[in-house]
Amino acid sequence: MRDLRMRMRAVLRRSEVEREMEEELRFHFEAQVQKMVGEGVDRGEAMRLARLAIGGTEQIKEECRDARGVRLVETVWQDVRYGWRSLRKSPGFTVVAILTLTLGIGVNTALFTIVHGVLLNPLPFPRPERLVSLWEKNVLDDGQFNVVSGGVFGDWQKQAKSFEQMALVGEGTANLSGDGGALPESIGTRQCSFNLFSILGVPPAMGRFFAKEDDGPSATATVVLTNALWKRRYGSDPGIVGKTILLDGRKYTVIGVLPAWFDYPDARVQLWQPVRHEVSEADMRSRGNHRFFVTARLKDGVSVEKASSELNGIQQRNHRQFPGELMGKGARAELLSEDLVRDVREPLYVLLGAVGCVLLIACLNVANLFMARVTARRKEIAVRAALGGSRWRIIQERVTESLLLTFAGGGLGTLLAWVTLRWLVALRADLPHAGAIHLDRFALAFTFAITIFCGVVAGLLPALAVTRNELVGALKEESRSMAGAQGRARLRKVLLTAEVALTVVLLIGGGLLLKSFSQLRSVNMGCKTDDVLTMGFTLPESKYETDTQRAEFFAELLRRARAMPGVKEASIVSVLPGAGHFFDNTFQIEGAAPLPPGQFRNAVIRGADPDYFAAMHIPLKRGRIFAEEDHRAADDNAMVITESMAKEFFDGEDPIGKHLKIEWQGAPRFEIVGIVGDVLSDLDRPVEPTMYLPLNSGRLEYGSLVVMASAGRDVTTQALPMQKVIAGMNPDLAVSDVLTMEERIGKSTESAMFDAVLVLLFAVMGLVLAAVGLYGLLSYLVTERTNEIGIRMALGAQRGEVMQIMFLDGLRPTGLGLLVGLFAGGVCAQLIRSLLFGVEPVDAQIFAVVAAVVLGISMAACMYPAWRAARVDPMTALRCE
Amino acid sequence: MGEQMAGAGIDLPQGTLDLLILRTLAPGAQHGWAISERIHQVSSKVLQVRQGSLYPALHRLERRGWIKARWGASENNRKAKYYELTKSGRKQLEAEQDEWVKLAAAVARVLGTA
Repeated sequence: MRDLRMRMRAVLRRSEVEREMEEELRFHFEAQVQKMVGEGVDRGEAMRLARLAIGGTEQIKEECRDARGVRLVETVWQDVRYGWRSLRKSPGFTVVAILTLTLGIGVNTALFTIVHGVLLNPLPFPRPERLVSLWEKNVLDDGQFNVVSGGVFGDWQKQAKSFEQMALVGEGTANLSGDGGALPESIGTRQCSFNLFSILGVPPAMGRFFAKEDDGPSATATVVLTNALWKRRYGSDPGIVGKTILLDGRKYTVIGVLPAWFDYPDARVQLWQPVRHEVSEADMRSRGNHRFFVTARLKDGVSVEKASSELNGIQQRNHRQFPGELMGKGARAELLSEDLVRDVREPLYVLLGAVGCVLLIACLNVANLFMARVTARRKEIAVRAALGGSRWRIIQERVTESLLLTFAGGGLGTLLAWVTLRWLVALRADLPHAGAIHLDRFALAFTFAITIFCGVVAGLLPALAVTRNELVGALKEESRSMAGAQGRARLRKVLLTAEVALTVVLLIGGGLLLKSFSQLRSVNMGCKTDDVLTMGFTLPESKYETDTQRAEFFAELLRRARAMPGVKEASIVSVLPGAGHFFDNTFQIEGAAPLPPGQFRNAVIRGADPDYFAAMHIPLKRGRIFAEEDHRAADDNAMVITESMAKEFFDGEDPIGKHLKIEWQGAPRFEIVGIVGDVLSDLDRPVEPTMYLPLNSGRLEYGSLVVMASAGRDVTTQALPMQKVIAGMNPDLAVSDVLTMEERIGKSTESAMFDAVLVLLFAVMGLVLAAVGLYGLLSYLVTERTNEIGIRMALGAQRGEVMQIMFLDGLRPTGLGLLVGLFAGGVCAQLIRSLLFGVEPVDAQIFAVVAAVVLGISMAACMYPAWRAARVDPMTALRCE
Repeated sequence: MGEQMAGAGIDLPQGTLDLLILRTLAPGAQHGWAISERIHQVSSKVLQVRQGSLYPALHRLERRGWIKARWGASENNRKAKYYELTKSGRKQLEAEQDEWVKLAAAVARVLGTA
């Protein structure tokens, strides 16, 4: 403690401490003189002797200062001032270095903040490590896990001991209307057990959440709004609690509003309803109808693994107890946070890796720039070292100067990060807890850490290189020798090789992702995708309860849509191609051998009107499409199946004419009348067996209208007229996702494009930096070897030869870097394998293109310095040193 | 690093000078000049401590917390910086003295039998 106080005093009250030392030494001096005078020595002589005895006052003071241990602080301050002056004198270098660092540090901070906010930051709930989500094993026993049915949830709730509470969450959409003049809109909703919010530990921002009484079929209809919806649609109305809104035409009372930070599970969910009020009792009891997410809080002291294995055991017993039910053979529990980040985790880590490469490249570049400066001053440094200057002092100087630069870069980089973050978060609304992404103290600490890292690396490498034993060589006139120049450039060449290697890795990664994205985009969906306008709607049960009502709506909509001017085709399908899996069901084939218990036949179900297939260019392979007349009785309808379904379930036989019974309520019976081509439900998954039911069977309550314009007309002009048609039929019916098929495909490949573009952007940054570095290195080499070039030319070397020599000198480290990079790139490509679609990790085309690009850019960068070398005048060269 | 002694030409290691200073301050506080004079006298004029060694040593000892300094009036009413032992300084003195005695005896034994 005294030590610290002394040091502080020495630093802060410097002049006072100096004065004290001065006085003390003077006192000693005078006392010595007095003593000698007392012994009879002449005063003048005594003073001379005393002065001799002291030696150098300054040196004593210096040693005292050293003993006080403040040397470091003083020297650092000195270095800072000196570094600042010297950086100001070379503005070009300073600006380039700062910009490079700003870029590197800025993007790294931005990405780290995102990774930290999305992946590492726990959910915003109290004790989030106790929150788990529960999954049931897939019925098909393929190792995957599935959402849970209401009946199974009930079984778990009764039997499981590891959990404090459990709650169900169901997904849905609803048509929101009924507030004066505002247009109806389709919003994402969630239905949950009344205790969900208490499990999560969320307090209401206004009003209250559901109580047990609200969570029942006969309760008053209640709803809880998210903060975002309340702000956006109801203008932050302070009196919202108690007001009524219309969902699908039915009245709901708003009982509460969630706090602003609650954006679970993501920003697309706008309001919450009690599940038992929205879902039928039959569905809640059904064990086979899988539709719910389950969230639970672990009991204190129970680990996730223990809970998971208990749940698995319960479900296994359950499965044995009810063998006829459509249930999985096991279950598991996993952390809630895990579930949310699963899809974005890997791409984010890949981006983080890419951005780390950029940082390294930036560091190496700055180190390279520093090497240039430092080598120019090597004689001065050698002289200092010869006069007794400590090596560490020189290194300290270099590192201080480089830290000045990196702190400047770090400051600007933080600004860049802030801007980048706002842009990125606005772009990706699907990132979980996007609200948590902001520059907090972790991000700033990270920035600080990498700033220091960069500064030390960029300053240390050159400093170490220059203060090695070559000092002696530098003092000697070795500048004329080839060996001297090449030796000094060795570190710079190594740095450049590393830069090029990293750039190549980035280029390969970016190239692979880009090719993957382009493959995804150009996947053959199996149907027409250009000039097709689509829009979606959901028929609410309140107005369209029976199948007939729904069928009538569809028929009327088609009639009106087809009557619109400029419309060539209009059709309705329940789920658009590429929109996802959505709806599947088990079925039985009449006349086929029954499957052993526990095995099922399952296929995706779609509904369409008869003209849909022709309109969407889905080929009819055999038989015919169902027609209006086919609807004879409820248990005697017609359907078509896809080729893949025919192959999977009827291999070898002719499916046409066979009858299927779908295991739905009422077990409707269908005759297969035709086979159509396959259409992808998801762009990046293989085809799934699908059956198409006639739309007029009215079974499905949601649909997408598909519109094609007559020749020469832009189909997007039909958007508004079509919406008006639907609004004319039912003003409370909201239309969602009015997009062309092209736009839909674009949206679903958005994140793949995003990843590819970002990585390529980083790669280009790296490439630019490496090219600049190469140019600088070769210019330096040419200058250094001017003398040697002069000699060669005087001895008869041609200009072309000289140019070639310098060219190769520059290309050698690049070539080596390219080889290392290709190898490393191949290794890294394996790591991102799961992100690639339709592309092998080691894709010859990409690798070849990358190699060509890097070589091309390198040659361009070497061009000017090499040409300059060839233009050297031998006479001037020989004369200069 | 050896300390230079005028005349005697004996190099004292740093630690030994510290020990001597601590011992000199044991009876009471003194200023730098007095310390160097006292060491000179008590060692029968063999050891002469120069400013160049004395003052850095004093600063070092002060930093370690074994002595503390204050300004006061000297014998002839001049301002001087007086140093005195702290409690931990006294403990350190005892410890170092013991060590020195042991070391000296051991060295003597080795030299004696060599």
